[in-house]
Amino acid sequence: MDLPTLWFALIAALWLGYFFLEGFDFGVGILMSSLARDDTERRVVLNTIGPVWDGNEVWLIVATAGTFAAFPAWYATTLSAAYLPVLMILLALVGRGVAFEYRGKVDNVRWRRAWDTVLLVGSLVPPAGWGLVLTAMATGVPIDASGVLRGGPFALFTPLAVLGSLAVLGFSIAHGAVFLALKTEGEIRARAATAVRKIGPVCLLPMVVLVILLQARNGSWWTLAVAMPSLVATTAAMLRARAGRDGQAFVLFGVLLAGTMTLLFGSEFPTIVTSTIDSAFSLTVRNSSSSPYTLGVITWLAAFCAPIVLAYQSWSYWVFRRRIGTRHIPEAHVP
Amino acid sequence: MSDETIGTVAGVDALDVARWQFAITTVYHFLMVPLTIGLSVVVAVMQTALVRTGQRRYLAMTKFWGKLMLVNFAMGVVTGIVQEFQFGMAWSSYSMFVGDVFGAPLAMEGIVAFMVESTFLGLWIFGWDRLPARIHLACIWAAALASSASAYFIVAANSWMQHPVGVELVAGRPRLTSIWAVLTNSTALTAFPHAVAGGFVVAGVFLVGISAWHLWRGRTEDDQDRTVWTGALRFGGWVGVAAFAALALTGDAQGKLMFSQQPMKMAAAEALCHTAAPAGFSIFAYGDVSRPDCEHVKSVTVPALLSFLAHGDFSTKVDGVTPLVERYRAEYGANYPTDPALGALSGKPIDYVPVLPVTYWGFRLMIGFGALAAATALLMLWLTRRGRIPRSRWFPVVGLVAIAAPFLGNSFGWIFTETGRQPFVVAPNPSGVDGVWMFTAQAVSPGVSTGEMLTSLIALTVVYGTLAAVEGYLLMRYARAGVSGVLPPSDESDEPTDVLAFAY
Ligand code: HDD
Ligand code: HEM
Ligand code: HEM
Repeated sequence: MDLPTLWFALIAALWLGYFFLEGFDFGVGILMSSLARDDTERRVVLNTIGPVWDGNEVWLIVATAGTFAAFPAWYATTLSAAYLPVLMILLALVGRGVAFEYRGKVDNVRWRRAWDTVLLVGSLVPPAGWGLVLTAMATGVPIDASGVLRGGPFALFTPLAVLGSLAVLGFSIAHGAVFLALKTEGEIRARAATAVRKIGPVCLLPMVVLVILLQARNGSWWTLAVAMPSLVATTAAMLRARAGRDGQAFVLFGVLLAGTMTLLFGSEFPTIVTSTIDSAFSLTVRNSSSSPYTLGVITWLAAFCAPIVLAYQSWSYWVFRRRIGTRHIPEAHVP
Repeated sequence: MSDETIGTVAGVDALDVARWQFAITTVYHFLMVPLTIGLSVVVAVMQTALVRTGQRRYLAMTKFWGKLMLVNFAMGVVTGIVQEFQFGMAWSSYSMFVGDVFGAPLAMEGIVAFMVESTFLGLWIFGWDRLPARIHLACIWAAALASSASAYFIVAANSWMQHPVGVELVAGRPRLTSIWAVLTNSTALTAFPHAVAGGFVVAGVFLVGISAWHLWRGRTEDDQDRTVWTGALRFGGWVGVAAFAALALTGDAQGKLMFSQQPMKMAAAEALCHTAAPAGFSIFAYGDVSRPDCEHVKSVTVPALLSFLAHGDFSTKVDGVTPLVERYRAEYGANYPTDPALGALSGKPIDYVPVLPVTYWGFRLMIGFGALAAATALLMLWLTRRGRIPRSRWFPVVGLVAIAAPFLGNSFGWIFTETGRQPFVVAPNPSGVDGVWMFTAQAVSPGVSTGEMLTSLIALTVVYGTLAAVEGYLLMRYARAGVSGVLPPSDESDEPTDVLAFAY
């Protein structure tokens, strides 16, 4: 594998890591108000991700900075073409990040309700937005010779992109529910497990359809070798969830996500951004990568740092492995 | 690209809006940044004292200042995320031009600094009862040092825009030839300690101001927390004074580099119109500094000091704005290229003079506010010598007001540095790689309309404004509540429970 292809794969892997990790964070944020009956329960839900959400979010930053370093044109074209959707995502991430930290800092019902709303919206918009943007750019948008999106911001909303948006959003909700079933105890855990069984299939449906469409549209033998297992994994995931094996379901959901990411990035390979105006305007792994020297630098960087990062992030999950229930929540102590 | 997609709204074009947006969002981000950089190390030092002595006093300090740090940290994180995307969103031409060089330090910052910072801060916040004391202490140190590491990488990226090194020009674009040269850029090696020292002045005066108020409030009672506040005040005071000394030393080194690397910025910092040898340092000017014709400016100067700042002696010739304009025109062109992407500027003469009132006053306000902060810290140290507590109302008032000074100093430092670089976004390197520079007007995204740009400017400004009020309110609330706001009185009981030591 040459360096540009390696980096293309690494960036796909970073997005996979981001959606896998922050996917359940988003799901937890979306489900918090509907799964929890009172404030203590809300705090239980919130604290399942309390220590880790910021570390998860950095996967997005590394994916973005990695794209900038390895494929400047990809970074620049995507973010400027999807200007308004990315703005929405950023505003949502701003509100959400602050909401975690500030929600419990004043003991007042209206204060907390306000932040709960910010948290809900802030958790809905990013997965839906990233699903839209990534799918649109990979599967085709009217990009001209200088990387400018023609036809206004709504040109991004192709049917496939809207499906991609629902797919990532639905996945996040299902993933959040199964994460809560894994990380909580008592009634909340029971409610989360029920949610996985009841709404899980509906939530995963768009992603399953997306996998099938991407495969039918432009797939090859090797993408089929990825698509099939991910569909099987989805069925298995629902069966394991029914059997009460949330841990296994959690991992199997990840297989579906991995399959989706592989198809999304891989089925157009070596094209990165597809132009519907003229395929000559498309960005490819060849025509948009940085120089071999730069790619070499960041390859060394990744080779040294990635194992260390994975080690200490895993350790942090290990430290906070315990299930949380209402009995663990301390009384609010604020000035 | 063309007029139909770009357009202007009420006479402003996308370039102006993008510049305002970048300026507002970075200056805003940099209100949180220095406090995080300084306070995280300060808290780590306090917790080290706690682990070594086990005294309640250090527990109270760690918890109290740690809480304020976290309230601020959250805002630092979310405003930083916006910055990470903004280069691609609003400055896509810039991103494509510099991508081969500029992305690598950002990727390093993400994977080396932000990963550590976020993971270990999570472990620290929630790990009080889960981790052994020493490992828990190591977590805050890891997060604190990662904050400074992030400053290093981003400053290295910024320094490359001030002084491009380690590249060659291939097909009209800089191509990285040595990452080592970028990471050891002389500009970066002086700007980094300068920026970090700026963070320590902020943290030091923050400690001084809040502690002074608590000391004064508890002056008549038998306040059991008194040692918490005297300790923090004296610690903060010395940190602030020492950091200011470091600022002056590193700033002096930066001045010498600026003289050789960005002579126009040097002249703009002084609003120096004609070449002078020896050149005096202007302390204060009245009249109109905005045009470099020198007819209307009267300035109070210290003779030969500018020569010293520029070159370390009292006789060096320092070029003024007027001769420099001629030199820049000859070297980098008199007119912008004819290019529809440049909009109204296409083919127009290039204005090589930065906005002089901004650079001139920005430079003075940077130093002035920093000096004010350090002077206040010294005064507070003197007033509280040998355990004294002043009775005067002015004692807490001066302390609290002074907190604003180093924040302003830092903001003006960046405003000076960034506006002084104009009209370049990547300034040319006069003694190094040839031909690598970019005008700000060429950097903006060609496809983003003025309407979109305005939408984001307004949305970000409104959201940031609201959040500033919220952060200020929370900081005030916790600062006022003092130790009892962060240490529940029942904390003493040692019976094991299932309850988490901390939860959101
Ligand atoms: C001199 C220091 C410095 C400077 C010039 C900047 N930052 Fe910053 N940044 C930090 C120092 C810092 C920090 C101290 O590490 C922060 C502030 C508070 C915090 O949480 O970390 C941070 C946070 C922070 C984050 C969030 C990290 C996380 O999730 O943990 C991002 C993505 C950025 N920054 C990106 C940027 C970009 C793209 C900048 C260029 C315009 C920038 N920062 C300027
Ligand atoms: C955090 C501290 C920083 C502050 C406060 C700051 C401030 C500013 C200001 C005031 C401007 C507007 C200048 C003008 O338009 O006249 C600006 C522009 C800009 N700065 Fe910075 N800056 C900071 C750090 C950085 C860093 C670290 C980078 C790069 C890594 C950077 C890149 C830019 C770019 C691309 C522009 C837009 C072009 C321009 O208008 O100059 N800045 N910044
Ligand atoms: C005491 C004398 C000081 C001197 C001589 C000095 C000098 C300088 C110079 C020459 C620059 C511009 C570098 C360039 O663009 O090439 C600069 C930038 C800056 N200054 Fe200062 N400075 C001083 C004090 C301060 C203080 C007190 C603060 C903050 C409290 C501060 C904060 C900054 C910041 C944030 C920047 C921009 C980032 C950087 O280049 O590090 N400075 N200073």
